[in-house]
Amino acid sequence: MQTAYDFDTRLLNLSQHDFPLTPRPYAALAARLGVTERVVLDAFRLMREEGLLSRIGAVYRPGSVGASCLAALKVPEDRLEAVAAMVSGFAEVNHNYRRDHAWNLWFVVTAPSVARRDAVLLLIEEEAGLPVLRLPMVEDYHLDLGFALS
Amino acid sequence: MMTQPILLDATDRAIVTATQDGLPLVPDPYGAVADRVGTTTEDVLARMARMLAAGVIRRIGAVPNHYRLGFRANGMTVWDVDDARVMALGEAVGALPFVSHCYLRPRLPEVWPYNLFAMVHGHDRDEAEAQAAEIRALLGDACRGGEILYSTKILKKTGLRLRMASALGG
Repeated sequence: MQTAYDFDTRLLNLSQHDFPLTPRPYAALAARLGVTERVVLDAFRLMREEGLLSRIGAVYRPGSVGASCLAALKVPEDRLEAVAAMVSGFAEVNHNYRRDHAWNLWFVVTAPSVARRDAVLLLIEEEAGLPVLRLPMVEDYHLDLGFALS
Repeated sequence: MMTQPILLDATDRAIVTATQDGLPLVPDPYGAVADRVGTTTEDVLARMARMLAAGVIRRIGAVPNHYRLGFRANGMTVWDVDDARVMALGEAVGALPFVSHCYLRPRLPEVWPYNLFAMVHGHDRDEAEAQAAEIRALLGDACRGGEILYSTKILKKTGLRLRMASALGG
């Protein structure tokens, strides 16, 4: 018997790779799964509410729109929370993770131009009073065709 | 895979802005995007198809939340790989089914020795360690060392964010 979980997994796997670029994409997915458009839309809404689905949308190639840079800071433990909040406060920071390493705060700065990106990195460096490790992408080896869910 | 760069005009950029947080969950999502940017559904579809063909858009689809789906051990594996062989090896690592992102980045002498980055996702750390071991084996004697940096806290995660005015102003 197919459970709701099985259905969600099939729907996610199917829609990760070829979400239709047609006027009624959810209806097209529904036809492939043998259900109605309403069932597909409701399943996605529920998955989004439950946090299982980040979004459905276009995944843009890094560097193709705007300028981005992976960066890291070595923050003393007692300042980590405050520095992390300062970094997250920049609209240009779209990812910010704590990692268990001497370089313990990792974030990505994405801005419309290289000049703005570099200005934000400098501002973060000044605010933190710590050197920022700048590791811009040189080459991208992955096509990001989605991620197999089982 | 390298693709020909294309120039994005103001309407293309408006579409990027309108779709960066995802397509709306309505029957005609591209029509909703068209309304927001002031064009037709057909034009949005044609422009997105063009950006997809040029590689500006890598894929259109669902972006699952790995953590909530049970992948609790999300590791950034970093490797010091021989510069002469890293291009071919990077392609091979990027093609592994459990690798979600794979990038070449600069080394910083005395500060940061690793040039190859590959994100792995396991249900637990044992699974992530096994994935890292598979990468290590693939890199062979071209690899001088590596580490896994696990994310222990997601402090911020949003889609690409470019504000329209500044995006146009460049």
